[in-house]
Amino acid sequence: MSVSTDTVETPSTPAPRRTRRITLPLVLLGVAGLLLVLALLRVVTGAGDVASSGTISATIAAAIPIGLAGLGGLWAERAGIVNIGLEGMMILGTFGAGYFGYFYDPWQGIVGAIACGAVGGLIHALATVTFGVNHIVSGVAINIIAVGAVAYLAALSFDGVPGGGPSTSPRVPDLPAITIDALADPLGDLASRDIFFVSELAAFLQAFVNGMSVLTLICLSLFVLTYYVLWRTAFGLRLRSCGESPVAAESLGVNVYLYKFIAVIVSGGLAGLGGGFLVLVSSNVYNEGQTGGRGYIGLASMIFGNWRPGGLLTGSLLFGYSDTVRLRSGGESVHALLLLVSVLLIALAIWQWRRAERGLAIASFLIGVGAGIWYRTTDTVPGDLTGMTPYVVTLLVLAMASQRLRMPAADGLPYRRGSAG
Amino acid sequence: MSSALQARLTRLGLLLAAPALALLLAYAVTTLVLEIAGDPAGDVWDQILSWPEPRNLVNIINAGSVYYLSGIAVAIGFRMNLFNIGVDGQYRIAAFVAAVVAGEAWLPGYLNTAFAIVAAMAVGALWAGIAGLLRVTRGVSEVISTIMLNAVSTGLVAYLLRKLAVREEGSNDIGTREIPSDSWIGGFPLPGASNEVYGFVIIAAVVGIAYSVVINRTRFGFDLRATGQSETAAVASGVDVKRMIVISMLLSGAVAGLVGLPILFGDAYTYGVTFQSGLGFAGIAIALLGRNNAIGIVLGALLFAFLEEQANPLQIVVGVSPQIVDIMQGVIVLAVVIVYEVVARFGSRLEQRQAGRDLGTGGDAGAGRGGPGDKEVART
Repeated sequence: MSVSTDTVETPSTPAPRRTRRITLPLVLLGVAGLLLVLALLRVVTGAGDVASSGTISATIAAAIPIGLAGLGGLWAERAGIVNIGLEGMMILGTFGAGYFGYFYDPWQGIVGAIACGAVGGLIHALATVTFGVNHIVSGVAINIIAVGAVAYLAALSFDGVPGGGPSTSPRVPDLPAITIDALADPLGDLASRDIFFVSELAAFLQAFVNGMSVLTLICLSLFVLTYYVLWRTAFGLRLRSCGESPVAAESLGVNVYLYKFIAVIVSGGLAGLGGGFLVLVSSNVYNEGQTGGRGYIGLASMIFGNWRPGGLLTGSLLFGYSDTVRLRSGGESVHALLLLVSVLLIALAIWQWRRAERGLAIASFLIGVGAGIWYRTTDTVPGDLTGMTPYVVTLLVLAMASQRLRMPAADGLPYRRGSAG
Repeated sequence: MSSALQARLTRLGLLLAAPALALLLAYAVTTLVLEIAGDPAGDVWDQILSWPEPRNLVNIINAGSVYYLSGIAVAIGFRMNLFNIGVDGQYRIAAFVAAVVAGEAWLPGYLNTAFAIVAAMAVGALWAGIAGLLRVTRGVSEVISTIMLNAVSTGLVAYLLRKLAVREEGSNDIGTREIPSDSWIGGFPLPGASNEVYGFVIIAAVVGIAYSVVINRTRFGFDLRATGQSETAAVASGVDVKRMIVISMLLSGAVAGLVGLPILFGDAYTYGVTFQSGLGFAGIAIALLGRNNAIGIVLGALLFAFLEEQANPLQIVVGVSPQIVDIMQGVIVLAVVIVYEVVARFGSRLEQRQAGRDLGTGGDAGAGRGGPGDKEVART
């Protein structure tokens, strides 16, 4: 049983709490707060790279493939289909982008990535919706097929092509990038001045005006689009009703199978685009094993984001950040983050203690103190361990927050047409 | 013919029809892929379906034993609807610990081997237990947590390997200290083959028998299956579901801890960066293929090992990428689960029709000729 039993076990979760709408001022406030924290961290620890412009633009680039996979998960799970095949669909997308990007042009690479991912989605939809196969089982099978199919097809297409090989494509041309010099230069100047908070803010803004790929913008707009389509249109309401109560949706005349099919195919397309982003923007070549489990992280970021696009974007930025930090100055920055984790966990422990969640509070406190001791007694974190950062963060966040999450009520449950009693 | 016998024959027929149909489907899809790609499908099948040499047979049995343990580890979770996607991480971290323990050789001879095996099982259980605990105390889906733990174990093993390992002579690879030869598990030969079958095959067989007995013949196994089939029913009959989740995660992890050991004690004798990975994911596919049945998993494991061994020389013999086997394996798994689902639906409809006839209603009371009532029942 996937995520689905968890709500069953915690019947107290859907207590009618007032949920706060995520508005634009709130988002801006959140970004400002985050930058302030990072600025403080830089001053306290002396780790210069925790909020540089390079780190921020790399964070966005790292977050987008994860976020797109998560967005794919969101579409599927909002319609009641658990999609663990996201990883496989991403892998299909990397091949689509590499093949069409190289043999045609990068714009067709985008289309190819989406199309290949959507084929994976179609298979998943056929298995889970038409044949009623367990969602996790079908997803695992798709991941196996995708790895093999892509390795086979890549060997067939790229072996013998100049600059290519059985597991690597030749270089794919760049997509156009946007640079606004009038803004980028002064901001870059400001960012390098080392002024508390102002430099961080300038670095953050500069990341958006200095060489940002068009595809990055397209992908970011997909988050807004998803929010609009799923929460502000009749189509979206019907789609989500299939994930909450397919029987009720059916009784109101919604073609549940059709909506589930659409949702899962879109899901595959988005995951495929996530894979395509890795090829077209992050590295400019297709490589075997390029996705490196990002589909799974995307799924985790969707759960982290409570099955909402805003939360999902936040989650993927968090993963993108922890991934970037480890790649850039590695040990030093992760070491600085230990201090942040320690302080946050101890604060969380105090909060939990006041809410009478004693056991949890003690656990958070102990982990927090452990991180603090680790920070005090060492100067850097070994490279092998920094690679674990996003995964440990995911586990910690899920362990702390999973009981506050609410998944679609009929997520992962089998549904057959005409089963309404 | 008595109707009981007929019903049993029907069930047996359906049981055998499903895998046969799935294999045919996989054959068709693979052929289609090969044809579209312009590869010589006939030559590929000639190579894959040829009878293996004795040397290859030994390889198939050896790889099969590893897959078998992995499949059993996954099946323990499946039996109660737990998805232990983390067998991959569990076996790697466990094999690493076993290699370190056995390499240090604190105990002489086979005592050392036994101690290392126990250590591996304990570590595997512990690693899986984290996911079990997170599930029952914090409601974290074991699917997500085991995936994260897989990645964490990769980093952890790489780090510890760098800390504890010794450099192998004449190579840049690092590995754990080699296990002393009196702690190796010797193999036995097959006529005509120069290589040997892992002695660990016997332990794998014992694990399989133990699995079958515990699941089918004990109270614990009954509770486990009951929880898997209906959690609410299990709770009503007094099963402590949370305890069952933790215990079955621990058991699954303990068996997962064994997965890497046939290779460790029969072939590699050290854990290095080149130690085989990805065995856990194959286990998921094999458990599905074998329907979580101890014998079924043997067949699934041997089939996977057979396909891989036979596909190895494809590149040299017919110039086709051996990755075609991954496609084949994936399609087999997906086809098997789809076909089982279809067959189950077909079977339940047959049963209903039979019941309708037996009751002498002539099928008119809605249970016979696929009237609207029949559909209603078949779909719920």
